[in-house]
Amino acid sequence: MVGNISLGQYIPGDSVLHRLDPRTKIIWTILLMVAIFMIDSWPEYVMMAAYTVMLILISGVPLKQSIKGVKPLLFILAFTAILNMFFTTGTPIYEFGPLKITYEGIYLAIKLFFRLVMLVMTASLMTHTTTPMRLTDGIEKLLKPFEKIGAPAHEIAMMMSIALRFIPTLLDETDRIMKAQASRGADLDTGNIFERIRSFIPVLVPLFVSAFKRADDLAEAMESRCYRGGKGRTRLKEIHFTRLDLTTTLIGLALLVVVFSGRFII
Amino acid sequence: MNTMIKTDNVYYEYRFQNSDEPGVQAVNDVSMTIEKGQFVAVLGRNGSGKSTMSRLLNGLLLPQEGTVIVNGISTNNEELIWEVRKTLGLVLQNPDNQIVATTVEEDVAFGPENLGVNPKDIRRKVDEALTVVGMHEYSKHSPHQLSGGQKQRIAIAGILAMEPECIVLDEATSMLDPKGRTEVVEVLKRLNQDKGITIVLITHHMEEAVEADKVYIMEKGSIILHGSPEQIFEEVDLLRQAGLDVPQVTALAYELKQDGYPINKLPLTVKEAVDTMQNLIKGKAPHGSRGGLNKVPEVLYSEGLVEESEAKTDPSEAIITIKGLNHIYMQGSTFEHKALKDIDLTINKGEVLGIIGQTGSGKSTLVQHFNGILKPTSGTLEVAGLKTEGKHLKELRQKVGLIFQYPEHQLFEETVYKDIIFGLNKLQLNEDEIKERVFHVIDLLGISPKLLEKSPFELSGGQKRRVAIAGVLVMKPEVLVLDEPTAGLDPQGSLDVFRILSNLNKTEGTTIIIISHNMEEIASYCDRVAVMNKGRLVACDRTKKIFSKHEELKEYSLDVPKITKLFIELESLGHNLPAGVLTVNEAKSQVYRLMNGYSGGGY
Repeated sequence: MVGNISLGQYIPGDSVLHRLDPRTKIIWTILLMVAIFMIDSWPEYVMMAAYTVMLILISGVPLKQSIKGVKPLLFILAFTAILNMFFTTGTPIYEFGPLKITYEGIYLAIKLFFRLVMLVMTASLMTHTTTPMRLTDGIEKLLKPFEKIGAPAHEIAMMMSIALRFIPTLLDETDRIMKAQASRGADLDTGNIFERIRSFIPVLVPLFVSAFKRADDLAEAMESRCYRGGKGRTRLKEIHFTRLDLTTTLIGLALLVVVFSGRFII
Repeated sequence: MNTMIKTDNVYYEYRFQNSDEPGVQAVNDVSMTIEKGQFVAVLGRNGSGKSTMSRLLNGLLLPQEGTVIVNGISTNNEELIWEVRKTLGLVLQNPDNQIVATTVEEDVAFGPENLGVNPKDIRRKVDEALTVVGMHEYSKHSPHQLSGGQKQRIAIAGILAMEPECIVLDEATSMLDPKGRTEVVEVLKRLNQDKGITIVLITHHMEEAVEADKVYIMEKGSIILHGSPEQIFEEVDLLRQAGLDVPQVTALAYELKQDGYPINKLPLTVKEAVDTMQNLIKGKAPHGSRGGLNKVPEVLYSEGLVEESEAKTDPSEAIITIKGLNHIYMQGSTFEHKALKDIDLTINKGEVLGIIGQTGSGKSTLVQHFNGILKPTSGTLEVAGLKTEGKHLKELRQKVGLIFQYPEHQLFEETVYKDIIFGLNKLQLNEDEIKERVFHVIDLLGISPKLLEKSPFELSGGQKRRVAIAGVLVMKPEVLVLDEPTAGLDPQGSLDVFRILSNLNKTEGTTIIIISHNMEEIASYCDRVAVMNKGRLVACDRTKKIFSKHEELKEYSLDVPKITKLFIELESLGHNLPAGVLTVNEAKSQVYRLMNGYSGGGY
């Protein structure tokens, strides 16, 4: 009953992108996102799109998979774009009542749509090429310098990886509870929004009870295995910033400059 | 220093914070000594204090009185607590709840990482540990892709990577199917024999205790019995009083011995039992003894459910008719999986049908079609005169009660009463009718009316399960489907559930369909058995017939009850005994017949 969520799932591979230090990838993803928000002219759009496609090709992640990742968000993306179409002032081409579609609106909507698609693709490229474990390791290392001012780097990373670990388990469990309550006569699919929220109580209460039980068990299991916080802990796979990271960063930066080159010439 | 664990007069009670209520005593005056290299089993009912004991052993809980010494270190010594936990690893019951990481190898690495081992050594230890438990090829897998037995082996590997001297398993096999259980027990035996690791197996599966060096029996927080398995299983009555059971072959020999047959030592395994029975038969019956002859008729008629119900079922009246049923999960996606293939099955009104098959053979998928939770990909079902597609869903779900595994996990209301009437509320009945139904059902299930106003979350495991079953029974279903109704229950709890079910079947004529991995339960209580293998229905016949085809069952990785196995072996040795014996009672009467037949009594 719960749909299969494949958005951003790790896809095993051995490309350059897979081998990069997760920190490099996190910083790069942020950088690319900023770049995507900065692009403005059509040439920049085209080049940025080429840049994104190039990265996907390098990663070895099937292009089909990347596009599929956008699919579940298509509705939200289209909705945002259409809203923009109506609420942008400019030359109207069609009017009904207070609603106006303008040239500028259409223009903006198309741009926005492509921009959002690229954003989703870049972000999922990172998760497609990095195991959740390495990703959290990367976040922990990046936050490390801020530990001195009280940022709980290790705890955040540990919580994230545990959350990731338990998502599939809890999804299975939700499915099971929904089936069981439906068998007892619960009606989960009909009624107005308030009735539906109410009808989910029989699913949510058992789900929470079980989640707390799991948390309790997990805490015992972790303590039994000598877990005592991040201090003095080593890792099976330490992450290292290597020459590969340096060279790809430099090449990546150079290419990014090319995307925005139009601006420098003028 | 050869003692691994030594506890002296340990006492522990659970105390409520900010409350004047008295604590709940969990462990009382427990003293045990476990030597290095021993394989020890601790048996007891749910709630007998076994789990608390396991947490006292590795210092997760500290004794309020007495001491726990692990490898010479007291768990009260705060500075050395990590040393204790490194030496004594703990595997918990639920395979899902003790895996920390998102891949197998990273989970196994968790312990060494916490100990600050350097990455190179972690890699070596992880690889070694995974090889020992036979899971090395899965090192990159994500835990949720694994079976229960595999997950428990990962949990064991996670402890092995810390190079412990002792492993304590707290009911680590109770949530596994027979295959998973065998896998885990095999690994433990190997660790014990090859690496000399001390094993403490806490369980309520009697079969697992048979090969232990030493057995402890716990009841109400105390140890009531300890010794070698041979000594322990002699005490059949005491064990039964403690809500436990003995292996079927032991029970048979015990009862024969009670009746005056010359049996010196009770057998624990089928192999031993074959010898015992051979000796007995060679020695013939005790002439004119107080047992034998006089008892024969009585026993034969008390044979119970199996014989009686053969006459009861009227095959002319079908309640569920399935034709050409196929089910494909996630059709069209890369995860497409054919779960059911061309199932044709007719279930008769008033019968008790067992469904057996390995995990993943399609049993649960099949029964979820009976109340319309799943829709057939192709094929048709007719249940209690209703088609399962279309708008009868509500009526269908009232007529077919489906009880999932661990149904107590669905409880959610403030009180037991409200939870029981959850489904009933939607039927628009008047208050009196609702009350009447609730009281009728709790009487049937043996739930005390005092519990009705309590929160379901305060009850014990066995009570919760009964409440969950009550919530389905109040709907007065014509068909009751149960998926592993006794999973996680101790022997006494399981017996209680089956007594309730057969009572329901007899008094109300409810058709009952049971999915179970426990062949002894299926053999004792079902009229017919359906066998599933890889999505196909491969056989469906009278229970006796199904279990006499033990070779065929083996092909589907299914077993027969121990008592059936014993009689198959005896028959193949040329004794005049039928192969399709299903219960201890039946076995007993067959032995009487044989013995008295030899001695000229016969009938």
